[in-house]
Amino acid sequence: MTATEIPATEVGKARTRKEDARLITGQTNWTDNITLPGLTQVAFARSPYAHARITAVDLSAAREVPGVIAVYSGADFAAEQGSLPCAWPVTPDIVIPSHPPMAVDTVRYGGEIVAAVVARDRYAAADAVELIDVTYEPLEPVLDMEAALTEGSPLVHEAGNKSFTWTFANGDLDAAFRDAPVVIERTYRQQRLIPSAMEPRAVVVAPVADEYTMWTSTQIPHVLRVMLTVVTGIPEHKLRVIAPDVGGGFGSKLQVTAEEVLSLLLARKLGRPVKWTESRSEGNVAVHHGRDQIQRLRLAADADGRIRGFDVDLLADMGAYLMLVTPGVPLLGAFMFNAIYKMDAYRFSCTGVFTTKTPTDAYRGAGRPEATYAVEHLMDDLAATLGIDPLELRERNWIRHEEFPYTTIAGLTYDSGNYEAATAAAREMFGYDELRAEQSLRNESGSPVRLGIGVSTFTEMCGLAPSRVLGSLAYAAGGWESASIRVLPTGTVEVVTGSSAHGQGHETAWSQIVADQLGIPFENVRVLHGDTAVAPKGMDTYGSRSLVVGGTAVVVACEKVRQKARVVAAAMLEVSPDDLEWDSGRWAVRGDPDQGKTLGEIAFATFAAHNLPEGVEPSLDSDATYDPNNFSFPHGTHLCAVEVDTETGQVKIRSYVAVDDVGVVVNPLIVEGQVHGGIAQGVAQALYEEAAYDSSGNLVTASLADYLIPSAADLPSFTTGRTTTPSTLNPLGVKGVGEAGTIASTPAVVNAIVDALRPLGVSDVPMPCTPERVWRAIQEAQRTAAAEGADR
Amino acid sequence: MRISVKVDGVRYDDDVEARLLLVHYLREQAGRTGTPIGCDTSNCGACTVLMNGRSVKSCAVLAVQADGAEITTIQGLANGSGELHPLQQAFHEEHALQCGYCTPGMIMAAADLLSENPHPTEEEVRDGLEGNLCRCTGYQNIVRAVLKAANGSVEAEVTA
Repeated sequence: MTATEIPATEVGKARTRKEDARLITGQTNWTDNITLPGLTQVAFARSPYAHARITAVDLSAAREVPGVIAVYSGADFAAEQGSLPCAWPVTPDIVIPSHPPMAVDTVRYGGEIVAAVVARDRYAAADAVELIDVTYEPLEPVLDMEAALTEGSPLVHEAGNKSFTWTFANGDLDAAFRDAPVVIERTYRQQRLIPSAMEPRAVVVAPVADEYTMWTSTQIPHVLRVMLTVVTGIPEHKLRVIAPDVGGGFGSKLQVTAEEVLSLLLARKLGRPVKWTESRSEGNVAVHHGRDQIQRLRLAADADGRIRGFDVDLLADMGAYLMLVTPGVPLLGAFMFNAIYKMDAYRFSCTGVFTTKTPTDAYRGAGRPEATYAVEHLMDDLAATLGIDPLELRERNWIRHEEFPYTTIAGLTYDSGNYEAATAAAREMFGYDELRAEQSLRNESGSPVRLGIGVSTFTEMCGLAPSRVLGSLAYAAGGWESASIRVLPTGTVEVVTGSSAHGQGHETAWSQIVADQLGIPFENVRVLHGDTAVAPKGMDTYGSRSLVVGGTAVVVACEKVRQKARVVAAAMLEVSPDDLEWDSGRWAVRGDPDQGKTLGEIAFATFAAHNLPEGVEPSLDSDATYDPNNFSFPHGTHLCAVEVDTETGQVKIRSYVAVDDVGVVVNPLIVEGQVHGGIAQGVAQALYEEAAYDSSGNLVTASLADYLIPSAADLPSFTTGRTTTPSTLNPLGVKGVGEAGTIASTPAVVNAIVDALRPLGVSDVPMPCTPERVWRAIQEAQRTAAAEGADR
Repeated sequence: MRISVKVDGVRYDDDVEARLLLVHYLREQAGRTGTPIGCDTSNCGACTVLMNGRSVKSCAVLAVQADGAEITTIQGLANGSGELHPLQQAFHEEHALQCGYCTPGMIMAAADLLSENPHPTEEEVRDGLEGNLCRCTGYQNIVRAVLKAANGSVEAEVTA
């Protein structure tokens, strides 16, 4: 039997989304909407201190509040609560501290849970939390990574403030730097961010005898179920986890949380259904944060700008504990600092540091935005140092399209790409040369409003991930994905995917794929996900993996359906299966296309099962589990023009052009939306957002009044374009798009700001580039220039 | 305290605690869970509903303040017609939502905006929706959808 040619009639179409029908009418099933008979409400008391010893806990007043069912402290759960899991022990000697879901004797960040209330409603629960009396003996907070590693620093954990150091090296770095005509040394700061999915977290647990159903606002119902079994000892087959409609994640719901574990344990202890609903202010201290790195960088180059060597030394803030993949996040950057560039030598070192802050973990891009920011900022710095146009400098260093597949200095093999094409398209759409000419005129005019142009030619690794690669990096699980196709008797189809959507539009995109694969109408496909009883197998959604890995699993399962259908059709038509060919939804006799059976006809014959050949089971249903051989490598060129008012420090994005190459596009509407939203989050890091702590270790951006998520009034429209270089690694030719915009846009914006201010002597503005910081950078540069002038 | 309030065309007479927020009343007593809660400082706008025709953040209104009022939520916007409101239709067509959590509030705020200013410019839409946060879309398609609902088509200047 030969492989079948599948015409793409649905794939590539800008289908409006199936999901919208419930989302625009208020019929959505958020976790907090769930009600059950006898449902009780959980609320948590949290530490107001960054670092303290708990010396006494008095729950008596809280227990007296009318409607309160139970109140517990960490000591009450010490024997059964276990430790929250870290699934990524990146080095053999890594320090993974015990992490009780409810603190027992010491709190290590403001917001850590110290007690739990169960009450008949949320108001009574909140009242009781107010009356919990915990006595603390404050300890010194640990807030600065560099200070944390010095002798005599207060300790977050007894084992010390260093969790691990992970290194990678390839090529002769000393030779690359020896006699290098140009060496650029920089230290960049990746500020701490709060992911801020619009839906705060919520958990509902229903216990029935010794079985439990949990609804939770998660990206990872499958991974969570495994981990809950590991932590609580509740057997996996007695635990059902459901991710109903989930209101965004961006990595923040790729987690096994204290609140999930404690809700489960409270339901077990009380034998009552429980609900916990997070407030935003609670979430800002309790949901894991993202980024937070100090990047110490050295780049050696030839006089013509060719990169010789790159030395990366990171400090990565773990926060107070290691969560699910905390230590692995910065290491994903290890493979991306070299980006699209060729070089002779590369060294990467990352030290994970404990502080008394909210733990960090995956946030949109997870390691790759940090790396891309560093290398793209450095490339602009190198271009300025050498007086080479930044696009020209990149072209001198990037992998040319005819050089693919190309194994990079970091050891990954990029299968495909065309940086020339994406850059040419972006340059044209942006009007690069015209803007450069305008910039020169503006600089000559002495206008206080400067024009800056920022460049970001990025790539990323998506489609996490080949299981053997994850194994070699000491990650505990694999990177496959699962799909099942259920062909119903009337010929419509249910697709069960192990991916777990929370805004990405899987129900639409998967329907398009299956419509093509099985030759049935788009409307006749229903996609099921996010419930371990319905979709028992999965690795869930993160790392731009759903389409690349999960979509491929769907394709493989569809091929199995077709081959099963072929055998049944052959029996119906009384011919050999080898005499049939697939023709858009039907098996037809080769050379006699009028003789054929549609999938619907075959489905009903299979359901009736009256005349199936000997040994053929009456089912077309098929499963596939797909483990990729490699990552996929989307890339693109983003160009940003800003106007910077040097008198006020105000930055205005004047135009933004994004040309992305994400391979074959299943749904251009969805891809464009992902790019817009991704760029917005990257712009937010560049201009607006920072999780800031005071000197006592209090998070001072603990509400949306203080943590500045940009609104419609703060952002421009973006101009998007695409080039298409299909991935050679999967049958759909897709690469992933969920994180591209975020990875690309932060350096594009900051490079534009710095480009505007370089004539004034500015070479960096720390993020977020607020008016105050921009203004201060200008003042600082002018002071330095004046001092140098005086010295001469 | 006893209140009488009309929610999406249905009259409810209920005893409520004085401190009960309107959004909790809508979700937990009136059973209108289409209006979600996104924050506790009235910054995000996810809980926006119309109170006597004007948009309010229902987390910043007490249920008792709604006594005698007429509330319209996302679930009542289409007026039980079985058809989508032009804003709902435009949000769908312009892909103005991803996770959809901000969508009910965004649509209700936009409804109020258009009742004040039936033919806004792009800038007026952006300024008018300043009190509603979205983390998924970057707002571009939201702005397009509101302009489309207002004018029957997206203005050329934002077609890009």
